[in-house]
Amino acid sequence: MSPMQAPIPQPKPEETMKGFTLPRESINESKKVLAVTPKLCATNLNFYYGSFQALHGISMQVYENRVTAFIGPSGCGKSTFLRTLNRMYETIRSSRVEGEVQLDGEDIFKLEVSALRRRVGMVFQRPNPFPKSIFDNIAYGPRINGSIGASGIKDHVEQSLRRAALWDEVKDKLHASAYGLSGGQQQRLCIARALAVNPEVLLLDEPCSALDPIATAKIEDLIFQLKDSCTIVIVTHNMQQAARVADYTGFFLMGKLVEFDNTTVIFKNPARKETEDYITGRFG
Amino acid sequence: MLSFRRKAMNAVMLSLTGVCTLVAVGVLLFILGYLFIHGGISLTWDFFTQLPKPVGEPGGGMANALLGSAKLLMIAMLIGVPIGFLGGVYLAEFGGSSFSFVVRYTTDLLNGVPSIVIGIFAYTLLVLPQKHFSTLSGGLALGVMMIPIAIRSSEDFLRAVPLSLREGSMALGASKARSILTVVIPAAKSGLITGIMLNLARVAGETAPLLFTSFSNRFWSPGWEQPTAALPVMIYTYAISPYADWHQQAWSAGFVLLMLVLAINITARAILSKGGHVAR
Repeated sequence: MSPMQAPIPQPKPEETMKGFTLPRESINESKKVLAVTPKLCATNLNFYYGSFQALHGISMQVYENRVTAFIGPSGCGKSTFLRTLNRMYETIRSSRVEGEVQLDGEDIFKLEVSALRRRVGMVFQRPNPFPKSIFDNIAYGPRINGSIGASGIKDHVEQSLRRAALWDEVKDKLHASAYGLSGGQQQRLCIARALAVNPEVLLLDEPCSALDPIATAKIEDLIFQLKDSCTIVIVTHNMQQAARVADYTGFFLMGKLVEFDNTTVIFKNPARKETEDYITGRFG
Repeated sequence: MLSFRRKAMNAVMLSLTGVCTLVAVGVLLFILGYLFIHGGISLTWDFFTQLPKPVGEPGGGMANALLGSAKLLMIAMLIGVPIGFLGGVYLAEFGGSSFSFVVRYTTDLLNGVPSIVIGIFAYTLLVLPQKHFSTLSGGLALGVMMIPIAIRSSEDFLRAVPLSLREGSMALGASKARSILTVVIPAAKSGLITGIMLNLARVAGETAPLLFTSFSNRFWSPGWEQPTAALPVMIYTYAISPYADWHQQAWSAGFVLLMLVLAINITARAILSKGGHVAR
């Protein structure tokens, strides 16, 4: 079960997108030398919706600057687990959590919730741009957090849109409504909006389930680029997607984390029979 | 044979529903046409600029009633809109289930209270202690009438804002209050404004609550503390008078009132259809 057993899958150089400026190879080389460090650490996490227990004793670690995917059938608790990581579950009445989650060693349940969500950003299943202009969507986070002065906001919006690989498509219509964008563009806008508050972790809750294959491919490319600056956790229904983008994969079933390991291990040589059955399509 | 019966039934029911629809539309068209013939044609500029003339003198207008109605509606808005809007925000965003149920139930009851009873309420609250009729008390009565609909329409339009938008802003570190202020209310803005305008159009025609609150006035109202003329009350007074030229004035006033209400309604719907692209 140790994630260090198998080599960490590296993105092939040709998968990097045009316009990407950071020297990817050198970063990845240095990462190989450095041991992976845990960013988020869940210990014995139980979650309840009223009297229904949705998560049973989840313990796992999310590693810094890596992509971690959660797979599993509908209702297995993967999205619920994701939502505990930035305490988004708190919007649901009668939900309750037990156990511990640490972000860089700090208990997230003791952090101020808005401070936590600035550090752990989230992108949702369906694109949910605000009914505002593209510019105002991106500027929303920095503005409410007061993190960037009015003078710097323009550059910051551009930088965030560039990070989400959307700048070239929208630079001439920044003040048009975000609703005029296509579904895939809207989702990248939502990613840019989340990136604009410079999160340390980005949670993606089935970000491609409402998108066509081309838009999906763009988001996946984006995930590769982003993991240099961000730790990424993605919930997906699409197993090929997990295999393509994730360094680590966790398989959830009936509210339990059945198996968590390096993605290659999960897909090529899973330790548990349930995982193998799910991967090979025998159920789910 | 069976198919013939079915087709015949279809034809009968279709024409029945069609006729009923025509009747419903016809009533409005009839009222519009009738008011136009009796009131619209004889409407002159004097109606908007002159004070009422004494009995027997021809001419005169209802300028004081127009201004009076505007003042009353302004007070009504100042009372009804903040209470209704903030109450709606509470119900839509913060209300616990059992308390919200009670609030919704009582606002529905308040909505069903006959307008004359609301008039008595304002009468008891302001007119009796002050011992004179006033514009303020009339505005209060209309304002109280606005509250239940303002609450429910604000609640409905705020609820129509998708949960995903609230989540989106809260996931960026916005507090609940912040996300309501900066995302939810702006997203519901056109609906909220429409609700207020339709509400205003509804109370603009109320007569009963004004009869013993703002009373009436043959002249310009000297101030907020004094009685004022209002369009609906003028229609009432002029229509039950025994003078033919007053009847004529009442028709004109009715026409003007209806046109005002229609104008507010149409504007409100135009605002809604323009800004209605949020709901998904």
